Amino acid sequence: MAAEPVREASRARGFFGRLRAGDQAATLITATFASSVLVLTALLVYELFHGSALSRDKFGWAFLFTKIWDPVAGEFGALPFIYGTLATSALALAMAVPLGLGAAVFLSELAPPRISDALTFVIELLAAVPSVIYGLLGVFILVPLMRQAGAPYGVGVFTASVVLAVMILPFIVSISREALLAVPREQREAALALGATHWESTWQVVIPFARLGIIGSVFLALARALGETMAVTMVIGNDPKIHASLLAPGYTIAAVIANEFTEATADLHLSALIELGLVLFFLTMLLNGIARLLILSTTRRGTAQ
Amino acid sequence: MRRHSMKLVLCLFALLVPLSAQTLVNGAGATFPYPIYSKWFDEYHKLHPDVQINYQSIGSGGGIRQLESGTVDFGASDQPMNEEQLAKSKNKPLHFPTVMGAVVATYNLPGLNRELNFTPEALAGIFLGKVKKWNDAALKSANPGVPLPANDIMLVHRSDGSGTSFIWTDYLSKISPEWKSQVGPGAAVNWPAGLGAKGNEGVAGMVKQTPYSLGYVELIYALQNKMPYARVRNAAGKFVKPDLASVTAAAAGAASNMPDDFRVSITNAPGKDAYPVSSFTWLLIPGQIQDGAKKKILVDFVRWMLGPGQKMAEPLSYAPLPQLVVAKELKAIATVQ
Repeated sequence: MAAEPVREASRARGFFGRLRAGDQAATLITATFASSVLVLTALLVYELFHGSALSRDKFGWAFLFTKIWDPVAGEFGALPFIYGTLATSALALAMAVPLGLGAAVFLSELAPPRISDALTFVIELLAAVPSVIYGLLGVFILVPLMRQAGAPYGVGVFTASVVLAVMILPFIVSISREALLAVPREQREAALALGATHWESTWQVVIPFARLGIIGSVFLALARALGETMAVTMVIGNDPKIHASLLAPGYTIAAVIANEFTEATADLHLSALIELGLVLFFLTMLLNGIARLLILSTTRRGTAQ
Repeated sequence: MRRHSMKLVLCLFALLVPLSAQTLVNGAGATFPYPIYSKWFDEYHKLHPDVQINYQSIGSGGGIRQLESGTVDFGASDQPMNEEQLAKSKNKPLHFPTVMGAVVATYNLPGLNRELNFTPEALAGIFLGKVKKWNDAALKSANPGVPLPANDIMLVHRSDGSGTSFIWTDYLSKISPEWKSQVGPGAAVNWPAGLGAKGNEGVAGMVKQTPYSLGYVELIYALQNKMPYARVRNAAGKFVKPDLASVTAAAAGAASNMPDDFRVSITNAPGKDAYPVSSFTWLLIPGQIQDGAKKKILVDFVRWMLGPGQKMAEPLSYAPLPQLVVAKELKAIATVQ
């Protein structure tokens, strides 16, 4: 009988011991999963770097600044594609951010909950529409409209930007709305108690409080815009030149890779396309880095106040 | 419930048994002949239920690369491999022409959608960006009495690398020294003018949608979309409409002095009825095949394709091979080791 509690205790210790071992195993397993992200990224960079060796050796840094893309003569320069990628993404953001932020403010601050929920559902549905559908809508609706509005072909950098703006809008609205909803009620009440109007409390208290989430939504949208391939190639005109007019055709990095990869028979051509992939990767990294810095600086300012 | 699952298991077995007895042959390459290839592989499978030939239409360049890396058993291409590619190649593929097709200039002139005549000079001028308007003298002189408008020509080319582009630029290189020196032939080139659309269907769609536009597509896309297409003046000086007869005529000249490796371009072919923008499309089969079973299947398939297979070409708007070429290919396929 006296042995009973001892056995109980040892069983308990064994149980907890196993639990601790389980904890360690869980830590190990999840750490492996987490590190697979790093491994994947490293492999990606290695593959892109390795695959583009031929092109990097031949063109060096000039690859980034030359405008000729001639697969027959074996002359490759990335500038028109870099320009097209940045121009379409920047324009798309310029259109989608005010629109998206405005919609998010309405949905979280002003709209009755029922309408807000219904609209949010529709917006999240929009985010799930495949990009080729947006491309088709662009080709059949936007392009003829643009032609009537005076763009010579209808397709071009501006048309692609509009399609991109429509595509990234749901991201901005949906994530910004979440960020705005996460602002504590007390913040609003305190502002109202101090005599602020509803608008003043939204603009001067709620939005600054939610700025991290809002900036995050913008950069998620930017990442999508930079990498979007199908919808862009359908409406941008695929012309690797830098035209002064935004209504003229252009080309983006993702689009040219998708278009030319299957038929690139020459090694140098293939290598140049892979180097374009590398450029896009670093471009995305660079912009994400800037986003981090922006978030860091605003957070510091926030806490200082 | 249990009985159902037993049935399910039995069904799965029934499915798996024939699958495991099948020999799988994989191929990849050109998109242009995909409709006829899938028809052929399907019909061949019906004749030989134990053989399954898979074909992925990933593009000619991709087909050549996959064949080189050994991930597929055969390739297919709209442009023959060049000397450099063959020299570097490990498995030294043999070229076997399968069918022929034409690339046509198609356009959208509101109120004037009829057959127009194009001289080679006009085509080269348009694609070099020198002939900019529809009422240019180069177009007017070939189309007397046609009220050509004063609008700009909205030029559309392929944005993706493509065998169709190769055939088109190969033709332009033959008829225009300026095109040859400035641009040259290729599946993807540095286009001096116009904008790019993806795929034959992309170009056809863009041309259909854009007034005063002009582009080039495979003949079948123009037929399917009921778009007008141009007669082109051939090497003999006659304006020829692209159709199966004129494509066959283009091959006739090449057939009599076909090189032993079948790598020949029939653009700008001689012969008074030849349509000048015609081409063969090729199967690429390794000169040596280690796997005896696969070798037997591929050789047998090529023989079948050259016989009964050729009759399936015409309903799908491909021109069948001339008899001389067929005879020569039958000799060549016997050399596969």
